[in-house]
Amino acid sequence: MSKVETVRSHQFDDTAQQHDASWTGMWVFLATEVMFFGGMFMGYILYRSDYSAAFASASNHLDVLLGSINTAVLICSSFTMALAVYSAQAGKRRALVSFLLLTMLLGVVFLGIKFSEYYFKFEEHLVPGSSFVYEERFARPAEIFFSFYFVMTGMHALHMIIGIGLLTYLVIKSLRGRFSLSYHTPVELIGLYWHFVDIVWIFLFPLLYLVGRHL
Amino acid sequence: MNAVETERREHYLNVNYGLKSWLLTTDHKRIAWLYLVSVTFFFFIGGLFATLIRLELLTPQGDLVQAETYNKFFTMHGVTMIFFFLIPSIPAVLGNFLIPMMIGARDLAFPRLNLASWYIYILGGLFTLTAAAAGGVDTGWTFYTPYSSIYSNTNVALTVIGIFITGFSSILTGLNFVVTIHKMRAPGMTWFRLPLFVWSHYATSIIFVLGTPVLAISLALVAIERLFDLGIFDPTRGGDPLLFQHLFWFYSHPAVYIMILPGMGVISELIPCFSRKRVFGYEFVAFSSLAIAVLGFLVWGHHMFVSGQSVYAGMVFSLLSFLVAIPSAIKVFNWTATLYKGSISYDAPMLYALGFIGLFTIGGLTGLFVATLGVNIHVHDTYFVIAHFHYIMVGSAVMAYMGGIHFWWPKMTGRMYPEGWARLAALIIFIGFNLTFFPQFVLGYLGMPRRYHVYPPEFQVLNVMSSAGASILAVGYVLPLVYMIWSLRYGAVAGKNPWRARGLEWETLSPPPTDNFEVTPLVTAEAYAYDVAEPEALYSGRPAHV
Amino acid sequence: MKAEPHISIRVYAVVFSVLIAFTLLTTGVAFIDLGGDLNTIAAITIAVCKALLVILYFMHVRYSDRLTWVFVGAGFFWLMILFTLTMSDALTRNWLVGPGSQ
Repeated sequence: MSKVETVRSHQFDDTAQQHDASWTGMWVFLATEVMFFGGMFMGYILYRSDYSAAFASASNHLDVLLGSINTAVLICSSFTMALAVYSAQAGKRRALVSFLLLTMLLGVVFLGIKFSEYYFKFEEHLVPGSSFVYEERFARPAEIFFSFYFVMTGMHALHMIIGIGLLTYLVIKSLRGRFSLSYHTPVELIGLYWHFVDIVWIFLFPLLYLVGRHL
Repeated sequence: MNAVETERREHYLNVNYGLKSWLLTTDHKRIAWLYLVSVTFFFFIGGLFATLIRLELLTPQGDLVQAETYNKFFTMHGVTMIFFFLIPSIPAVLGNFLIPMMIGARDLAFPRLNLASWYIYILGGLFTLTAAAAGGVDTGWTFYTPYSSIYSNTNVALTVIGIFITGFSSILTGLNFVVTIHKMRAPGMTWFRLPLFVWSHYATSIIFVLGTPVLAISLALVAIERLFDLGIFDPTRGGDPLLFQHLFWFYSHPAVYIMILPGMGVISELIPCFSRKRVFGYEFVAFSSLAIAVLGFLVWGHHMFVSGQSVYAGMVFSLLSFLVAIPSAIKVFNWTATLYKGSISYDAPMLYALGFIGLFTIGGLTGLFVATLGVNIHVHDTYFVIAHFHYIMVGSAVMAYMGGIHFWWPKMTGRMYPEGWARLAALIIFIGFNLTFFPQFVLGYLGMPRRYHVYPPEFQVLNVMSSAGASILAVGYVLPLVYMIWSLRYGAVAGKNPWRARGLEWETLSPPPTDNFEVTPLVTAEAYAYDVAEPEALYSGRPAHV
Repeated sequence: MKAEPHISIRVYAVVFSVLIAFTLLTTGVAFIDLGGDLNTIAAITIAVCKALLVILYFMHVRYSDRLTWVFVGAGFFWLMILFTLTMSDALTRNWLVGPGSQ
């Protein structure tokens, strides 16, 4: 890996303080993301409590196989991301780039499966709005379920896309030798972001896909 | 030091010139000025809408504008004043300028993020101004569903997107402050040596970071609902309008603490300086800031007592609302105790601070009225509520902002404002404010509802008083605009510490150099060491001269 | 956050395997009727365990300083405030039945 010296921004006294501040800053940002997604989870919880039978019915229309595969894909991507950070900490540039690319690939696979699921839902007339069709008994709360399905997974997908963009940036910087044993903070920070997006899915999966499957 | 010497010495204002050096600055002090100009602009926009409201309310009939237009006036007044003036005002102007200096740092932790915050704020502002120009919004600043999500024919989506964007400005500023205060304090600056201004902003930043995202998602859901025909808040499709209210007020109640905590921080700096005394009960004031921030998140349902919310939840929220008054009261007691046997001087900043204490007490106590379930049924959606929150937002928060601007003006500009005019303006503001809003308590209690452009004729006298007061208040606000700008060129040159105040910001030059201090301070004294005669004795690591 | 000790690849691999196992578990259990609300409780519990593993190991929080723990905790604590107080309304809205309501 290159011998690039860490650039210390002038407001910091030393690179340790800079790293410390950056790490803390990313965690504060993730706390804001928890609250942002949390608002959507709040809506979901409220309606599931009001309409438990309809939500169970609607959930069974989601493809649990694709959902589980996607969950596994994301967990793999978190693993590869952790390995990318490990490589950065060990000063291994080739491994870093490889694991970043692998993470990106898994992210793209996730999105591919997700968007194909969206397409299937569209074909099944389960997109909320004028084209929505459902058995009369549960029609309106089922539509709410699918509203939350699309909004929550859509917001999650948006965060994934941003994550892939950030990973692209990391790959470019790595190839240019920007990171070294002593400086790889962006890798760590974007790693935190990626893991957070994985955690959101860890909760989305059972709440959306696994409601009333036993019925 | 005379004006010529100030011009020759390099400081943050003259270190480089030109628009690019301002629009691409990462210096927290210049960014503070960017915000100062912007929030002042939005303040007068919001004031314009207030003027239109008070003009309409001069007469009981709806003779100036139609109801729909009036609805747009109070909506735009609320949106502009809250999101584009009050919330950023003290934190983004005074907080940005002072926090690094108060803790002995060269800048905030993330200067480029700081600049980005300003640009995001401006972008959001542009969206909202566009919405206003395109015909405005008539939902009220509270955007209640399903009116906002389905039935309103006005520019809801554009406006909420603008507010959504500006919310990120708040979030990033809060993030910056939290990290800075944790990680960038100078040697010896322990938590309990921090000025209370910093504690207040830390508490405010907690709210910025944890509350604003929920506003973001609630407004995003309204926009998505409008644009994609969802039905999450539509009762005819199984939706619950109260879900929106819960999400909205989860942020918007703590938001009012965002608006007052920084002001309390300013007051905590002004009172000891102009009483020449340490703050009484420093730790109590510090912890009460945190308590307000935390407890403030537990009370939002008091905006929903008559909405159809569960009565049991209402009882819980009412009780918690009483509790949140306690830390605020503690602060008032401590400020008052600081004044006691102090050596009081009545410079303009102190006039604002004293006004704050009185008006905040009234505003805060009337909050208890509204928090009481039974009384709330009577005064909800009346002018009583309007009077209550204007006593806090205008009578307290804006007064604190004015007091802070005056107090730190010499530090920011190297010039003194004209004291005589400043005291006159403070007095005019105080009189105008009370004349505007005290009658509204009476009007509300007598039953005049808010958000109506007509009212029964028996309310006219009080409404005319209120509008007259508003015109006086307007004069009071225009005066500082004039004499502050005047002082930039013609004001007396200020030294390092014209107030003989305590605090690291007063130990450096006026205006400060770009990196704030020539040498990083080493702090050995407690805050507000007004009982120590010589400030020079408190800090080391400074050059001996200047 | 001081200089992080390396978490070994082996630990990461173990965590990864457990996460996959939990995913299989939660999916499988969903098809078995555990009775009452237990299915939901099981799903949430497993999700929380998975999230904790990611946070503690992949995100290095196990070896981070106390300030990081405070921020992590604060985010979830505040979320709980939102959920609890809002649901306190939603769940009790129909408790008080007065004259004129059905």
